[in-house]
This record gives sequence, structure tokens and C-alpha cells, in this order.
Amino acid sequence: MSETNSAVAIMNQVPGSDADVRGESPLHHVGLADITDQSNGDAGVVFSEAGLLGHLTLRCEPSSPLIAVAQTILGIALPLTPLTSVEQGDLVVRWIAPDEWLISLPNDQVFDLETRFRAEMNGHHSLVNGSGGMTVYKLRGRHVVDMLKKSTPVDLHDSEFPVGKVVSTVFAKSGAVIRRTGESEFELVVRRSFADYIWLWIQDASQEYGLAVAS
Amino acid sequence: MFHIYCPHCCEHREEEEFHVKGQAHIARPVDPEALSDEEWGNYLYFRKNPRGLHHELWVHNAGCRKFFNVTRDTVTYEIKEVYKVGEQPSVVSPADKV
Ligand SMILES: [Zn+2]
Repeated sequence: MSETNSAVAIMNQVPGSDADVRGESPLHHVGLADITDQSNGDAGVVFSEAGLLGHLTLRCEPSSPLIAVAQTILGIALPLTPLTSVEQGDLVVRWIAPDEWLISLPNDQVFDLETRFRAEMNGHHSLVNGSGGMTVYKLRGRHVVDMLKKSTPVDLHDSEFPVGKVVSTVFAKSGAVIRRTGESEFELVVRRSFADYIWLWIQDASQEYGLAVAS
Repeated sequence: MFHIYCPHCCEHREEEEFHVKGQAHIARPVDPEALSDEEWGNYLYFRKNPRGLHHELWVHNAGCRKFFNVTRDTVTYEIKEVYKVGEQPSVVSPADKV
């Protein structure tokens, strides 16, 4: 438990390195490491999971003075323009709604960030740790847009979906937060409970282009 | 299939990202205790069903999850305008000022 003086308890959800606990991502059962195929250079879609990241949902009025405080804590400006994201090192902040952002960072940095928010954000806001509830899929390859077109109604053309854009939308029969991280590179934030379903869907949708799993 | 402009995301999205939540601009009575049964029943249950312009509440449930209003023609299905909650429609039928 934390040593913070805050009236609201926050706790470090990441076990220490001395604890005998193994972290398992939502795709742990798939054994991605065993099916990683670096030799498949012809694959049109390359998949990897960035599991066990830290995810924080920040809610705050965009007109609030707390926005400036949050920016100081994060070290980067919150994206206030709809459907945009900012990235610095390991830290990603995605616009989700006019008063909501999804912050992702390495798991072992989450508790420090939460503690700072609790100590420095004095006013009406909310910061919720949803790390255990989601996972991130990274997709790249020359057919990645073709595969995504089967899965979501969002317009993925370069002119409508530039690098850095982020949308919350429907994906297959589920949902995802989709961000373009490169010309042929996308990132999906998916719910833990739909992780297996979406992984199966991606395999099916990628079949005609060839799918490789990267580490 | 509607192509709906979300005033919060500031772009058009497919209808499957949205849900319609019924008639817009239904104000909760300030003093419910003072209402007759008929007035309370009308507030709770009775809705417009116009042939023509209709002001509706929608939610971008798969996107930003924000509510907003849509003025739609129930005959042609054409969306005349989209405006935020708290704002008034600019497209209104002469017989139906909200
Ligand atoms: Zn929206």
C-alpha cells in the first residue's frame, strides 16, 4: 500500500521483483513467443502484443486550470484537439473525449505517476488505473490497412487518418481505440475480455495476406 | 445507414458507432409533486412521433461516449443539423417550435 496522505487510497498494482508473482498478459495463453516467426518476410500483416503496460484514464474539464497541472506532471501537453495523440519516449496520451484522455506508460512507472497526480491535482478530476483491463496490439505491414478495413468502418485513408490520429470505434463485434503510429503501423487498445476474440479475428482477417507474429 | 457528424469528435462516423436515445429537449419538471397524474404521465411516457422534422438525442457510444442532438426528417431520413446538448436547433418546422 502507498504511504500517501491522500484520503483516497491508491496502491501499487505491480508486484515487486521479489514477489513470487508472474504477470500474464491477456494473450498469455496463446504463447506468442513460441509462434514468433522472424523468417516470414512475405507476411502482409505483422502482429505483436505490448502486454502488461500501464493505462490510466484521466477525466478533467478541458477549461480547468488542472489541465496545466496535468501537463506539468506528464511532461507533455495534453492533446486538446479531438482525435489526436502525443507521444514522448514510453509515454502515450490519447484524446478519447473532450474531457477524457488515455495515458499509457510502462507498468513500473504507473504508481509514481498516480501518486504525483494525487498529490498535485487539487480539484475536480478523476484518474483511474485500468491497466489490468486492457492490452495493446501492434500491427504493421503492407496489408495492415486492408486487414483493418475488414474490421472497422472508420476511414483509414492517409488523408483522413494521418499518423498520430486516434479513434475510439467499433472493431469486429467489439471495440478498440485505434491509433496510427506509422504509414503502415497501427496500435489497438482492446479490452482484456475481448483480447482473445480480437486476436482470433485478426488471424482470420489476415489470412489472405499472410500473418507473422513479432516479439 | 446514417453517416453522422459527431460535434465532439468533429468528424462523420458510421451509424453503428451511435445509439439513438429518443426525443430531445425533454425538460424534467422542476416540481414533480405539483403535477397532475396526466401531466406526469405525459412527461414520462408520451413522445412526439412527427412525420417530418424531429429533434432527437443521440450518443456516440462506441466513440467519445458524448450525447448530442440531431434534427432529422423522418420522411427522407435526411439529417438536417447536429448540435450540442444545451443548444437550440436552428432547423425547426413552423408548426413545431421547441
Ligand atoms: Zn464523438
